[in-house]
Amino acid sequence: MTVDETIGGAGMGRPGDDGRFGDFGGRFMPEALVPACLELEEAFAQAWGDPGFRAELDDLLRDYAGRPSPLTEARNLSERLGVRVLLKRDELNHTGSHKINNVLGQALLTRRMGKRRLVAETGAGQHGVATATAAALFGFDCIVYMGEVDVERQALNVFRMNLLGAEVRPVASGSRTLKDAINEALRDWVSSVETTHYCLGSVMGPHPYPWMVRELQRVIGDEARAQTAELLDGGIPDVVVACVGGGSNAAGIFAGFVDTDARLVGVQPEGGAAIGRGLPGVVHGSKSLLLQDEHGQVNEAHSVSAGLDYPGVGPEHAHLAVAGRAEYPTVADGAVLEAFQLLSRTEGIIPALEPAHAVAWVMREAGRGIPSGSTVLVNLCGRGDKDAVEVMRLLKGDPGTGAGG
Amino acid sequence: MTGRLEAELRRRRSEGAKLLVPYVTGGLSPEWTDVLQAVVAAGADAVEVGIPFSDPVMDGPTIQEASIRALARGTTPESILAELARIDVGVPLVAMTYYNLAFRMGDLRFARSLAAAGVAGAILPDLPLEESGPWEAEAAAAGVETVLLAAPVTPDERLAEIAARSRGFVYGVSRMGVTGERASVAASAGVMAKRLKAVTDKPVLIGFGVSTPQQAVEVSAEADGVVVASALLRVVLDGGGPEAVGDFVAGLREALDAG
Repeated sequence: MTVDETIGGAGMGRPGDDGRFGDFGGRFMPEALVPACLELEEAFAQAWGDPGFRAELDDLLRDYAGRPSPLTEARNLSERLGVRVLLKRDELNHTGSHKINNVLGQALLTRRMGKRRLVAETGAGQHGVATATAAALFGFDCIVYMGEVDVERQALNVFRMNLLGAEVRPVASGSRTLKDAINEALRDWVSSVETTHYCLGSVMGPHPYPWMVRELQRVIGDEARAQTAELLDGGIPDVVVACVGGGSNAAGIFAGFVDTDARLVGVQPEGGAAIGRGLPGVVHGSKSLLLQDEHGQVNEAHSVSAGLDYPGVGPEHAHLAVAGRAEYPTVADGAVLEAFQLLSRTEGIIPALEPAHAVAWVMREAGRGIPSGSTVLVNLCGRGDKDAVEVMRLLKGDPGTGAGG
Repeated sequence: MTGRLEAELRRRRSEGAKLLVPYVTGGLSPEWTDVLQAVVAAGADAVEVGIPFSDPVMDGPTIQEASIRALARGTTPESILAELARIDVGVPLVAMTYYNLAFRMGDLRFARSLAAAGVAGAILPDLPLEESGPWEAEAAAAGVETVLLAAPVTPDERLAEIAARSRGFVYGVSRMGVTGERASVAASAGVMAKRLKAVTDKPVLIGFGVSTPQQAVEVSAEADGVVVASALLRVVLDGGGPEAVGDFVAGLREALDAG
C-alpha cells in the first residue's frame, strides 16, 4: 500500500505515517499507549496485505456475519418521496448492525498479536454486542464500558452482552454516555495493554484506528458499489447517505463511492453536530472537530440515539468536510422518530434510531435538496429492535402520533 | 539552555536532597492557593499545578473527582493563571493539563500565558514525541520547559529521545496504569528510574501511585525524587485545609530527608 497521493483531494486512501487526513487525525496518546498503537499499526498493515488474513476475514463475514448484505429497492418509500431510494441492508448482519464488520477484523488481529482480552466502549450497545459476540467466538475475555445513561436506555443490549459472556461496566463519570465510556476503556487499556486489545468501534481514536476501522468497514461500500452498478446498468447513485456519530458506517459506504461523482452525505444529530458547530480540538487520541467550550472543555452531545451521542467525529470526516468532498447536515430528534415509523410502515423495515437519521434527511430533502427522480442510496446500518422500548416510551405507546423528542 | 525549573531541581539535588514535587489541582477550592503555599512551606521543591480538563484519560478516580469539582466551581485556565500571577510561592511551578486546553488557546498564547503567570514548566501527557514537537518549540520560545513522560513499556531508543528532549526534569511513570493511590510501589518504578538515570543526568522524578512517605523513600533510592498527586488530593477532597495538606507534605519531606 502506498500513502494516499490524493490526500487533500480526500481520496480515502492510507493516511501518512503521522496518521493525518489533511489537518486531522494523529496520535495524541499517553506515552504508555504509543507502543501499542505502533504495534497495532504494523500488525494491521501486514495483515491487510496478507491474502491469508483477508481470506479468513472474508470467510467470517460470509459464513458468520451473513455478508454480502442485500441492496433493497424501497418502492413504497420511493413512490411517496418522489426519489428512488435504495437501502443497503447492513441491519441484516449477525448482531444487527454494521459493527460486526469491524469487530471480526479486529478479533482476528487480536489473535494475530497474541492478545486474549478485549475492551470496548459502547453507546447504543451495538458495538458492545458485536465485540462480545466476537469474544465468544474467539474465546477472548471481554469487558465493555458503557455510560450509565446508555445502560438504562439500552437495557436489552446489556442483557445480550451478558448472555454472550461479556462483563458490562457502567460508567458513572462525566456525561455518563459514549465519550465517558471511551475514557474508561482507555484507562483500562493503559493498565492492561500487554494482554489486551482495545477494540474501538468507530473511525476515531489515535492512528491507526480511524484508518483501520474505515478499511474494515469498506466492505459496505465495495458491495454497494457493485450492487448499484448492477441495478443501475453500470451507473452510480446520485446521493449516498449515512448517519454519522463517530462515523464508521458512513466511512465504510463513502469509501466505495469517493472516487465517483456521487454526492456523499453524512447526517448528524442536531445535538451532536461536531461538523458545523464544533471547532478543531484534540480528544481521545486524534485532532478533529469537537463540541467544546471557549476554553477547550468538551461539551456533552444530546441525541435520541445513544449511538450518535458523541461530541466529536472521526478525523477523516472532518477532512472530507473541510475538503468539500462530503457534506454533514443535521436532523432533529422529532424528525428521526417520524422516519423510524415511516420506514417501518412503508417498507416493513424497523431501522435503528441511528440510520433513521439518514432516512429523516432523505424525507426532508426529497424534492428540495435532492431533485425529484434522483437515486439515493441509504446505508441502513442497524435494526431497530434495540430501540423499540425507548421509542415506545417516547411515543407514549401510541405509534402514529409522530410526537416525540 | 537550562531553564529555571531544571536549574532549581539540579541545585537541590547537588545539595544532596531528594526532590519532592507535589501536585495540586488548580481551582479545587476557594483556598487552593493557600494549599499551594502550605505545600511549599512544608518543603516542596517544585509544585505541579493541575489545570482541570473535562476528559482526563490518564487520571484515576481521585484526580478525576478533583477535576470535576474544580470545573464545577467555574475554574478555567485563565482563572487559575490569574490567581497564580498574584502570588509568588518561591519554588518553580509546573502546569499539568491535557493538550486540548493549550490547542484551543493556541500553543504560543498558552505558553506565554503560563510564563506571564510565573509558571516555569508544562506537562501535557497526551502529547507523545510524535505530536509534541510544535508545542515544545512554542513553549521554549515563551521560556516554558516541557517535561516529557516515559512509561515502563517505552523502548530504549524512545526512552533516550524522551530524556534528551525533556526539559526541567524527566517524568518516569512508575507503572502501567492511571494516576491514583496504591498500597505498594510497583517493581517497575525502580526499573524505570534506573533506565532513565542511565541515559540522562537531568533530574529524574517518578510519579503515579506514590502515596506514602515510605513509598517516596523507596522510589527515591533509584530516582532523584517523586511526584505525589492523588494521595495529597485525597486529603483535600476529604475536607483537609492548608494545614492538613501541609502536614501531609511535611511527612513526605521528613522521610525523604531522613533517607
